[in-house]
Amino acid sequence: MRAFAYERPTRLDDAIALLASGEAEARPLAGGTDLIIRLRDGTIRPQTVVDIKGLAELDGDIRDDGEYLRIGARTVMTDIMGDERIWHDYQALAEGAAVVGSAQIRNRATLAGNICNASPAADTAPALLVYGAVVAVAGPAGTRRIPIDDFFVSSGVTTLAAGELVTSIELPRSPIRPGAVHVRRTRRRGHDLASVTLACAVLADGTTRLSYGSLGPRPVLVVDETGVLADPAAPDGAKMRRFEELFVGASPSARSMRASPEYRLAMLQVLGIRAVSTAIARLADGKGRA
Amino acid sequence: MTTSRQIEMTVNGRTRSMAIAAHHTLLEVLRDDLGLTGTKECCLVGECGACTVLVDEVSVDSCLVLAAEADGACVTTVEGLAVGGRLHPLQQAFLDTGAVQCGFCIPGQLIAARALLARSPHPSRAEIEEGLAGNLCRCAGYEQIIEAVLAAAALDETGDRAVADGDAHAPAMGDRASTPNADVAPQ
Repeated sequence: MRAFAYERPTRLDDAIALLASGEAEARPLAGGTDLIIRLRDGTIRPQTVVDIKGLAELDGDIRDDGEYLRIGARTVMTDIMGDERIWHDYQALAEGAAVVGSAQIRNRATLAGNICNASPAADTAPALLVYGAVVAVAGPAGTRRIPIDDFFVSSGVTTLAAGELVTSIELPRSPIRPGAVHVRRTRRRGHDLASVTLACAVLADGTTRLSYGSLGPRPVLVVDETGVLADPAAPDGAKMRRFEELFVGASPSARSMRASPEYRLAMLQVLGIRAVSTAIARLADGKGRA
Repeated sequence: MTTSRQIEMTVNGRTRSMAIAAHHTLLEVLRDDLGLTGTKECCLVGECGACTVLVDEVSVDSCLVLAAEADGACVTTVEGLAVGGRLHPLQQAFLDTGAVQCGFCIPGQLIAARALLARSPHPSRAEIEEGLAGNLCRCAGYEQIIEAVLAAAALDETGDRAVADGDAHAPAMGDRASTPNADVAPQ
């Protein structure tokens, strides 16, 4: 690996100052499961790696303040899939975190890192999109809050400015829990990247929020307000026709080794039908318990 | 430019104070600086698990950890499993079930299995499959490896306290097979 300097600041301001010089100069290190691979293969060549795990202002806690469930920037996938509140209220996110990499990867990989890496196939991104997560950011110009749908730009590119760090990811607390699920298609069971990754939330008012990844440069959110998808009695054919309209923006790469564009588009429909069905059942189940 | 850093870490119970290069991984420092070559270098992208070690009892791919990050940590490698010349129950079970073929992946398999048993002392077969999903075996000896972990887990817990010790960060996680994801994954 090409040499670089390693800094482990303890104050957020110091980290921001180190990172503000730009990506050619400095890169933040959280779990390292994407960063260290790219440091090694030379696709990134920063002068300095800034380990953000020593920052007093950044934590790995998951806190409920009534308005949001706030997931600290150092929270790893293992902690997300081990959190009862997330399983109960944000099940699609728990399921997405649970299939990231392997146990070893999930012990290191952070949710914040997953979205900053901005892979189109990121398994936590669809769930964050359907739940309407907000990304809290700190940078040279102060703090700001970015709706997750405004965070992703394209593969590896986000709307973060130079020197900006994600400090937490916030999930709105909803009085009525949607029925939600994450599903994906991989080449093999176990440790693999998704050929299609998809989250679905069916709300009590008949709205269905669907988000899919690995079918274009960024994960995409679509919303069905016709009630067709959320209708347990609507035939699959009607839902498929609705998908044709909703998934018009899906543009899978022809260059990917994992699956052909035709296969991904076909599986998007199949996973969509399965996800909607599971989400409807979970919504009904949740109502029964309330 | 090589930036040197002074770190101190406890490796297999022994405190090591050393100067390391900032850009060296934990894997490189364990193998090249400390001579602990039980931990294997293979894919270097976190897919094969041959370099799995415990850092503060948490399993990680040491190829994806900078040595500088391990400053102050307790690291356990495969060399730390046997105590007092006596094989760890997992090691014995791997031998007894014929789980070791070429042997290259076994150090990582053992460490991953130990992390699994620490958080789930009596795992189901599905939990073992998931817990070891990040450890590839090119001999494809997966059946025997799973049998070995089941056998070690079936031992009286007095057999080894280290295996039974709980992990404070253990996820309360169901089998992947019970989640909808398994329904759509290729079999």
